[in-house]
Amino acid sequence: MNSNILIIIIASAIFYGTPLFFAALGGIFTERSGVLNLGVEGTMLLGGVSGAWASQHVGGSAWFTVLMSIVIGMIAGGITSALLAFLCVTLKTNQTVAGLAITIFAGAVGLSSYFANIWGVAENPVPRQIRRLDVFGLADTPIVGPIIFNQTILTYVSWVLAVLSTVYLFRTRIGLQLRAVGESPQTADAMGISVVKYRYVHTILGGALAGIGGVFYSLAIVPTWVDGMTKGAGWIAIALVIFGFWRPSLTLLGAYLFGALQSLGSTLKARGVNISGDILDALPFVMTIVVLVLVSSRFAHRKLGAPAALGVPYEREER
Amino acid sequence: MGLETAIKMTGIVKKFPGVIANDHVNLDINFGEVHALLGENGAGKSTLSNILTGLYRPDDGSVEIAGTKVEFNSPRDALNAGIGMVHQHFRLVSTFTVAENVVLGESDSSLFMDQKAVAARVKELSDRYGLAVDPSARIWQLSVGEQQRVEILKVLYRGARVLILDEPTAVLTPIETTELFKTLRAMVAEGRTVIFISHKLDEVMAVSDRVTVLRGGRNVGTVNTRESSTRDLASLMVGRSVEFTRVQREVPAEARSIILNVTDISARDDRGGIALQSVSLTVGRGEIVGIAGVAGNGQRELAEVISGMRAMTSGSISVQGEKVQSGKARSAIAKGIAHVPEDRLHTGLASSHSVEDNLALKNYRTMSRFRILKRKSIRAQSTDLIERYDIKTPGSQTPVRLLSGGNVQKVLLAREFSALPKVLIAASPTRGLDVGAIETVRERLVQAADNGVGVLLISEDLDEIMSLADRILVMYEGRIVDEVPAEGADRERIGLTMGGIKL
Ligand SMILES: Nc1ncnc2c1ncn2[C@@H]1O[C@H](COP(=O)(O)OP(=O)(O)OP(=O)(O)O)[C@@H](O)[C@H]1O
Ligand SMILES: [Mg+2]
Repeated sequence: MNSNILIIIIASAIFYGTPLFFAALGGIFTERSGVLNLGVEGTMLLGGVSGAWASQHVGGSAWFTVLMSIVIGMIAGGITSALLAFLCVTLKTNQTVAGLAITIFAGAVGLSSYFANIWGVAENPVPRQIRRLDVFGLADTPIVGPIIFNQTILTYVSWVLAVLSTVYLFRTRIGLQLRAVGESPQTADAMGISVVKYRYVHTILGGALAGIGGVFYSLAIVPTWVDGMTKGAGWIAIALVIFGFWRPSLTLLGAYLFGALQSLGSTLKARGVNISGDILDALPFVMTIVVLVLVSSRFAHRKLGAPAALGVPYEREER
Repeated sequence: MGLETAIKMTGIVKKFPGVIANDHVNLDINFGEVHALLGENGAGKSTLSNILTGLYRPDDGSVEIAGTKVEFNSPRDALNAGIGMVHQHFRLVSTFTVAENVVLGESDSSLFMDQKAVAARVKELSDRYGLAVDPSARIWQLSVGEQQRVEILKVLYRGARVLILDEPTAVLTPIETTELFKTLRAMVAEGRTVIFISHKLDEVMAVSDRVTVLRGGRNVGTVNTRESSTRDLASLMVGRSVEFTRVQREVPAEARSIILNVTDISARDDRGGIALQSVSLTVGRGEIVGIAGVAGNGQRELAEVISGMRAMTSGSISVQGEKVQSGKARSAIAKGIAHVPEDRLHTGLASSHSVEDNLALKNYRTMSRFRILKRKSIRAQSTDLIERYDIKTPGSQTPVRLLSGGNVQKVLLAREFSALPKVLIAASPTRGLDVGAIETVRERLVQAADNGVGVLLISEDLDEIMSLADRILVMYEGRIVDEVPAEGADRERIGLTMGGIKL
């Protein structure tokens, strides 16, 4: 019975951790290029609402609809981050301000809710959802069944992505150059690497991944549209990037840890364990604050391997 | 040695807010020569070479490479045209390995880089040019000299035919400089072209074939090195003739009183290692005490401890008998200790603040009423100091970081000297300065001493110490290992003790 609870907690940690990982992986790409994206929360919400809309309006087979929801969520996230890139890379505005502006502008009381309203997304349920699969019919296998063989397609994609992005960042030339842009844009520029191009591409890519995270909320976790439904997941994702030392593999583990904290409440309650729901709901955020406080000193940042030029606009003729 | 023109720059103009860094500069560089660019701080040498490497866009003028007109939009275009630069402030990713730094930006379409092949190629280049460095070492583990070799390897790896080195010797020891010159000659012997930027006359004389002198953003002449002399170049560079005489000072009075007393201090470095081990020294009124030593033997920490920027683990410091609190800069200032730190832009000045604010940083309390600053007095002080210290700046309000290296130092010196200190700690005060500025700085140091200030001069430049100091202390691995009067000091002996050899 006790091991049963444990298995359920692990399985749902993976489920709840999946969108966190997508958003955090996006954050890794963006920050590795030297751009700080504090607009993740808003970006996820815009991705989520667009995905929900697509689920209601795109016809065809169920698989196709879900795929299109994901793609449209990515596009929405990508466009949002393209705006961030324009503000931070081209106009060289303060990145903290630009990111916060995007979260406020696109977030819970902003654009995402406005779209939900005019598209009527919230009035109807999301018909085609991202469901848990029964891979190889092994979902009922004890222990590994629920944990490994009974997850959603995006979870499996995320595992592949964790491996691919690690290879990309640390083994390929492009990854090397991306890290150089984030560490020392002056150096990268002098070696003929386009700082602007790398920053745009990876900021947009990061936004697209955050968009997938949003779609996971509206198509799998809730699954319907509720204004501000990510409830701070974007902020957790930002903390996760740091928590994972800007590395996909560690971030994946971190995402599951936070996923566990997020799901703990409902899991335990469903099991009749008596514990205050408020405290449990607050746990991930308490953790987020602790992580952020611990690592927010410049010293810690450097020690943990933060890209040295993170948050600093690059101006070629400036010194 | 071919005599064709490799690079022809015509009528180059580059303006920055408030300054014309290059004012219709013409420059001809031949294939296969070492061409020196000589000029005072702020003469526009770095700017001109940044234009040549596509980093800056000129406001006017044209560039021809081997007879064809080119327009560079980025360093990539310049690299493709065979021009590479070793920047004054290194451009290296410090967390990467040497090999990784070398391949950055290489237009190779393969997805993965072949570590072994790169290492082999780096090895081959370093053997060929005597640029020894381990391809798998990380940049932060390397000494400045080694980092410079990586910079040179980087441009060679990219197949540069023309190499621009912006003040490469500023960070090198004399031995490293000699080695660098060998490398440069080897490259030229192979038909490559080297543009060597410096304001050190002997070096220019030693290594170059031709010299172009810039002054105030203009080309004031190109000469064949062999037909020229240090004296000629110096007067071209500063626009007047310079005297290279040793600073003559009255030997300070025998009965001078001790003003700074440092007793048995120990301190740790940034990484927690031991930087200073029971160092004791005294500086008398009007005395200049020189600290000689190879960089990194505790000199920086010593300066920081005395000026209150670093806590000591034991020992004591006093000025005229009054104790200075450990690790309290405010206390050190109150006791009359002035400090000219090594790292001017970060430790010495608030680099994005204006010249006038920086000048007032120390004595703003005297220029305020009811804690509100009196801008007029601050402006007046700044105008006065800019004039007296010959600071070249577009205005009193210009941010310090926009000034050239030499002028940044002048701002710092002006502030510290004008605070009328009792003790002055000067760390490498003339590093990176041109002859004119060096002269001024040295004069000021002597003047301060003549006025009774006790000066502690820390420098890696032995000549500087020999010509200024009254007494020389040698530091090695955090200890004072030797003490000699400057009068008739034996260079060789000091050189040996600096290298850790016990006599
Ligand atoms: N990016 C910049 N922005 C504003 N002003 C600049 C910039 N770069 C150079 N300048 C100004 O242009 C002038 C020439 O500077 P430059 O760096 O080319 O001099 P330099 O000859 O290399 O001097 P140094 O020997 O001190 O390095 C200086 O007055 C400097 O303040
Ligand atoms: Mg320069």
